[in-house]
Amino acid sequence: MSAAGLVGAVAQVALVGVGSPLLVGQMRQVRARLEGRAGAGVRQPWRDLRKLLRKEPITARGSGPVLRVAPLLLAGTVLAVAAVVPIATTASPLDGAADLFAVTALLALGTVALALGGLDTGTAFGGMGASREMTVMALVEPTILLSVFALSVRVGSTNLGVIVTSTLHDPQRVISPVSLLAAVALAVVTVAETGRIPVDNPATHLELTMIHEAMVLEYAGPDLALVEWASGMRLTVLLGLLANLFAPWGIASGTSLAALPFALAVFTAKVALLGGALAVAEVFLAKLRMFRVPELLAGSFVLALLAVAASFFLA
Amino acid sequence: VNVLGTELSAALGLCLLAVCAALVMPARFRPGLVGVCTAAAAAAGAAAGVAAMTGSLWTAWLPDLLPLAGVRLAVDPLGGLFLAVTGGVGVCVAVYGMGYTRHGLGGRTVQALLPLFLAAMLLVPVAASVSTFLVCWELMAVTSLLLVVAEHRRRPEVAQAGLWYAVMTHLGLVVILAGLAGFAAAAHGESFAALRSAGAGLSPTVRGAVFVATLVGFASKAGIVPLHVWLPRAHPEAPSHVSALMSAAMVNLGVYGIVRVGFDLLGGGPAWWWLLVLVAGAVSALHGILQAVVATDLKRLLGYSTCENMGLVLIGVGACGLLAASGARALAALALLAALLHVVNHAGFKTVLFLSAGSVLHATGSRDLDELGGLRSRMPVTTVVFAVGALAASALPPGNAFVSEWLLLQSLIHALPAGGTTAAVTMPLAVAVVALSAGLAIATFVKAFGVGFLARPRGAAAQRATESPSSMLGGMALAAAACVVLALAPALILPGLSRAVAVAAPGPAPATGMVTLHLAGAASTLSPLLVAVAVLTAIIGLLALLRVVASRRVRREARLWDCGAGPMSARMEYTATSFAEPLRRVFDDVLAPETDVDVTPVKESAYLVDSVRYRTAVPDRIERRLYDPVLAAAAWLGQVARLLANGSVHRYLAYGFGTFTGLLIVLAVLR
Repeated sequence: MSAAGLVGAVAQVALVGVGSPLLVGQMRQVRARLEGRAGAGVRQPWRDLRKLLRKEPITARGSGPVLRVAPLLLAGTVLAVAAVVPIATTASPLDGAADLFAVTALLALGTVALALGGLDTGTAFGGMGASREMTVMALVEPTILLSVFALSVRVGSTNLGVIVTSTLHDPQRVISPVSLLAAVALAVVTVAETGRIPVDNPATHLELTMIHEAMVLEYAGPDLALVEWASGMRLTVLLGLLANLFAPWGIASGTSLAALPFALAVFTAKVALLGGALAVAEVFLAKLRMFRVPELLAGSFVLALLAVAASFFLA
Repeated sequence: VNVLGTELSAALGLCLLAVCAALVMPARFRPGLVGVCTAAAAAAGAAAGVAAMTGSLWTAWLPDLLPLAGVRLAVDPLGGLFLAVTGGVGVCVAVYGMGYTRHGLGGRTVQALLPLFLAAMLLVPVAASVSTFLVCWELMAVTSLLLVVAEHRRRPEVAQAGLWYAVMTHLGLVVILAGLAGFAAAAHGESFAALRSAGAGLSPTVRGAVFVATLVGFASKAGIVPLHVWLPRAHPEAPSHVSALMSAAMVNLGVYGIVRVGFDLLGGGPAWWWLLVLVAGAVSALHGILQAVVATDLKRLLGYSTCENMGLVLIGVGACGLLAASGARALAALALLAALLHVVNHAGFKTVLFLSAGSVLHATGSRDLDELGGLRSRMPVTTVVFAVGALAASALPPGNAFVSEWLLLQSLIHALPAGGTTAAVTMPLAVAVVALSAGLAIATFVKAFGVGFLARPRGAAAQRATESPSSMLGGMALAAAACVVLALAPALILPGLSRAVAVAAPGPAPATGMVTLHLAGAASTLSPLLVAVAVLTAIIGLLALLRVVASRRVRREARLWDCGAGPMSARMEYTATSFAEPLRRVFDDVLAPETDVDVTPVKESAYLVDSVRYRTAVPDRIERRLYDPVLAAAAWLGQVARLLANGSVHRYLAYGFGTFTGLLIVLAVLR
C-alpha cells in the first residue's frame, strides 16, 4: 500500500462527496438553459441538502428499521465504491479488495436497500417503485457483466486498476471495436442504473410514472438528504468509471503525490463533460414507456455480446 | 485406529441410537432426545468430513454386511466435503427439529425416519462400490419419500407431491443402476477402485453411455431441468426441516454423483459430455429463477431457487470438464472449486431460508407471500435470520454466495483465449446466464423478504404471528452464523476444498490467500472481508457526519403519503404477485402465464357489470409441455387397455392359454 494511493483514495472520496451535488446542479442548469429557463444555479442541490439536513427527521407511520437503515447503506456502498474505482489514482489501497464485479454488486446492494425501504413503508407507491427498480436492475445485470467480460479478456484481470493501467500503456486499444461496443453498452446501462431519461425521469412529479422517486417518496429531512446525496454520488461514480475505463488519461498511476491535483482536475472536467452531454441528450429525448425499457436493455445486451465476440474473433 | 473411521462409526451409531430412542421413548421426551442424538450424529459426520478434507483417508470392507458383494466404504477429500456439508446441515436441522413438532411431526415414524435419512445421506459419499452406493442411494430415496409424505393426512396435495417424487426418484435410480451396472460389467469389477483403473481404457461408446445414463439419474436428484418436476412439489409439501435437509444436503449428492463418476471414475471425457452438463445447468438456472421470481408460495420459491443454484453449480462442473478437455488445467480446477464452494454456500443459505420459512409457517400457517407481511416486529429473530439467508441467496456482498459466483464468473471469463472456439461461443452465453439469474435472484429475494416480512400484515394469520420456540431459533441462528463465517472468511475452507477439487481435477490449489483471494490462472483478486469492512466504515463515518451536520430534533412519526385520499389499508399494499408483475410481463413469452377474466353483467343490462373474477397462474411450462402429454398418453393407454379386460372369464382363460402355447412355440422354434 503506497501513501500516494491512500491519499488518492481519500481525495477521490472527498471529491465525489463534495462534487456530486455540483454535478447534479450543473446538469439541471444545462437542461434549464436549453429549455429556455434561467435555472437555479449550479449550487442549488447543495442548498437543498443544507435545507433538508436542518429539518426535523420524520418516519412514516408503520414502517420499521429497514426504512431508516436503507439510506445509510445506500450512501455507505457508494462511498466504498468511490474509494475503490480509479477516479484519481489507480493505486487505491482497496483496488485489490474489489474488482469490477464487486463494484457492480456493491452498487446493486445499495439499490436493494432502497427497494426494501420502499417496500417497508407498505404504500402502493413504495412497492411500485421497488418492483420497477428491481425489474430494471435484473435486466441490466447481463449487459454489465458481459461488458466487464469484454474489457477483461485482453488484460486477463477484472481488477479496475489493471484494466485502466493497461489502457494507459496501450492507447490505441480505445478505438478497437471491442472497446467501442462495450462503451456504448455500458453507457446505456449507466443511464438505466442512474435513473435518467429515457429509462426514468428524475424530475417527474407524477407518481404513476416514477421508478426511483416512487421508492423514496416517504423519505423526508436528513434521510432524504442522504438519499439525494447518495444518488448524486452514484451518478458521479458511474460517469467517472465510464470515463476512466475508456479514456483514462490524466489519472495518477505512480507513487508521487504531485500528479494527484492534476488527476482530480482532469476527472472533474471529464465528468462535467459527460454530465453535460447526458443533460443535453435528456432535453431531446422522451421517457420510454416502462415496458419499452427491456427493448433498450436488450439492445445494449446485444452490443455487449458483440463486444465479447469481437474480443475473441478480432484479437 | 483411524480417527476418521471412529468419527464415522460414531455418527452411524448415534443415528441408530436416535432411531431406537424415537421408537421406544414416550412422546414427551421423544423430540428432545432424538434431536440431541441426531445433532451429535451429524456433528460426528461433519467432523469426519472435515478430517477427510484435511487429507486423511479411510477405507473399510465389511464382507458380511450385504450378501454377495459386502459393503465397501472409503473416504477421500471429495466425499469428505459432501460428508461435512451433510453433517453441518444435519446439526442445524436436528436442533431445529426439537421444537418443530406440531401436526404430528413428533410421532414415532417421523422421528425415527429423520436420523435414518441422515445416516443414508452420510453413507452415500462414503460408499466405494456400486452395490453399496446403490443401496445407500435407495435408502436415502425411500426415507426422504416417507418424510415428504409425513403430513399426508392433513393436506391432499402432499400425496400428489409424494407420488411425483416417488416416480421421479425411482426412474432416476433405474438409469443410475443401468449406467453403473453396465460400467461394472465392462470394468470386470464393482469396487470404485476397479472402476477407476478400468474407466479410462473403455471404448468411447461405453464410456459415453455410462456417463449419459448416470448424468440423467444424478441430474434428476439435483433438480436439473427438465427432470426437476418433483422438486418444486416435494419441497413445499415436506415438513420444513425435511425440506432443508433435502434442498441443502440431498440435492448436492446429485452433483457429487456427476463429479465422482464423470471425473474420478471415468477420468474425464470429451467436450460434448461437459457441454451437455453446462447447457443443462444453464437452462436449469434460468428456468428455476424465472419460476422463482413469479412464485408466491414461499417454499415453492425456495424450491425453484434450489433448481437455479444447482444449475449454477452444474455450469461450473461443465466448464471444468470443457476446460480440462481443452487442456486448461488451472482454470478447470478454478471452475470446479467455484462449483463446490457454491455447493457449500448454497447448503448454508438454503438451510437458513427453509428453516426460517418453516418458522413462518409454524407461526402463521401460511406459505402464501400474498397473505404475509409485517413479521419484522412480530418475529424479529426469524426476520433477521431470513434476511441473512436472502442476502446470501441474492449473491450480493457481503453474502457467502457472492464469493462462489465471483469465482464462477472468473473461471468463465478467463476461459476465452485458452478454450478455443467452443469456449468463445459458450462462455459469453454462460456469463450472460449467470448474470441474468443473479439479477433475477436479487428481485426474487427482495420480493420474498420485502413482501413476506416488511410492511404491514396482509392477512389475519400474519397479524397473529408470534415468535417460534427457542430450539427452532437456535437451529436457524446456527445456520445463519455459518453463512456469515463463510461470507467473510471463505479462505478457511479453501485448502480443504482444493484437496476435494484435486480428486477430480488434479493441479495446484486454484485459489489461495487468507484475506484477499488470489487465483491461479487469472489475475483478479477479491477480499470479501475488506469489502465488508469498507462499507461498514463508510456507514459509521456517515453516522458520525450526520450527528455533526444534521438537525438534532427528535424523530417524529407522520402519516403515509396517500394522495390525500385517506388512510391506506393493508389491501392497498404491493403483494408478491404485483411485485413480480413487470418481470412476468417482460418474460411473458417464456413463462406463458394463464389468466382468466370472468365478467358477470347484471341481469337487466349487459353493459352494467355485477362482478368480475380474475384468476392468474404461472404453471411450470416444461411440466405442461413435456410431462402432461406423457401422462395423458399413459392415461389413454390405460383406457384403451381396458378393452382387453371386459370381465369375461372365458376371455381371461383364453389369454392364459394363448400366452402359454405361444411361449411354448417360441421356445420350440428357438431351441
